Amino acid sequence: MIRLTPPLSDADVERLRAGDQVLLSGFVYTARDAAHARLVELIEKGEPLPFDLEGQIIYFVGPTPAPPGRPIGSAGPTTSYRMDPYSPVLVAHGLKGMIGKGKRSDEVKEALRRHKAVYFGAVGGAAALISKRILSAEIVAYEDLGPEAIRRLEVKDFPVVVVNDAHGGDLYEEGRKRYALEG
Amino acid sequence: MREVSVERITEAVRRLSVEANTRLGDDVVAAFERFREGEQSPTGRDVLAQLLENARIARDEGLPLCQDTGFAVVFVDLGQDVHLVGGDLYEAVNEGVRQGYREGYLRKSIVADPLRRKNTGDNTPAVVHVRLVPGDRVRITFAPKGGGSENMSGIAMLKPADGVEGVKRFVIDRVRQAGPNPCPPTIVGVGIGGTFEIAALLAKRALLRPVGDRNPDPFYGDLEEELLAEVNRLGIGPAGLGGTTTSLDVHIEVHPCHIASLPVAVNIQCHSARHKEVEL
Repeated sequence: MIRLTPPLSDADVERLRAGDQVLLSGFVYTARDAAHARLVELIEKGEPLPFDLEGQIIYFVGPTPAPPGRPIGSAGPTTSYRMDPYSPVLVAHGLKGMIGKGKRSDEVKEALRRHKAVYFGAVGGAAALISKRILSAEIVAYEDLGPEAIRRLEVKDFPVVVVNDAHGGDLYEEGRKRYALEG
Repeated sequence: MREVSVERITEAVRRLSVEANTRLGDDVVAAFERFREGEQSPTGRDVLAQLLENARIARDEGLPLCQDTGFAVVFVDLGQDVHLVGGDLYEAVNEGVRQGYREGYLRKSIVADPLRRKNTGDNTPAVVHVRLVPGDRVRITFAPKGGGSENMSGIAMLKPADGVEGVKRFVIDRVRQAGPNPCPPTIVGVGIGGTFEIAALLAKRALLRPVGDRNPDPFYGDLEEELLAEVNRLGIGPAGLGGTTTSLDVHIEVHPCHIASLPVAVNIQCHSARHKEVEL
């Protein structure tokens, strides 16, 4: 088990391999479809972002509202391919990690290689379980987007697995081939 | 003619929206346990154990099973001897969704317009399918449908000559292409026949049948078993990390068909296979 705390360095990313189990502690940022569109628009216009991307990890999640007495509601990963058009731009601007579920495009995998970044998978749908590893949540931008607002989450021992590493490894491909039966 | 107040429908939908989102059906929980025993991948077994733990936490603490608490899909089987009083049925359903999603701290995931994309803020409108049936009862089935698995669904207008082999190929291809995206292990709803829109609705209704229940027509029951075995040979596995449990079940519903047509629709349901029903 590997333990990591963002911001991540190139060296942190380079030692990760597809299939590695990782526990994240510290702060990660949430963003999904609409927030990604806004971040990339700011980059294209050359305007400042609502948070510094350098070395950071974005978790693709739109949590349920926090019930009384809890920092956050249920908070499992959303399907990542919808962020594929935006992720290479963010990775080129310093983003080092993403957490989601599901396959990424060839363009994203190439960006991970070129800029030394990593794509982690969390268990889709295990949202009540995952919420137990989130200590606090605060909105940092785009409150008008509701569940799609950008939040800063403090996490402790947040379990993820390396799906796409910076060396071309792909856990989904390897896992599927290993268990596929002829026929 | 029996009178039913639409207020009762609002109340039922309010309650069902919270229950469906926090309590996984016993059929799905039993399937997780059954498939965990046969799962060949240690990682796959671990993922299934996490899904069982997630269902337990959601039930005990009243938390949503998944952060995607879905589009509110509501099936109403309305007895033809029922007179609904006190207001509009559709508005009554929407009011139930509004109340349930607010009080249950459920996520509001609906945008008012598909291209301008502003959130309605209360998870309305619901998708409501009303069917007129004999009798004087109202049966309401609430089935929140997540976007991630819905997006992996598809429809094909096959040629009659494509036959059962064409149907099998399409279903298996859909599951293969969906891969890890729709949160496997999935339940695969298949609608065959009817028209373009009927096939899709059949596929959605197929998801309401309990996991493990076979189509009563042995021809289709056997086809369900065969397709389930085939998709579980793809290797996708729990969470897509590799394994022998890609789907918990395949359900097929059929409808008479035009001589020129063979529509087939696949509606993929993630493992958060939630639905609750009540009869008024």
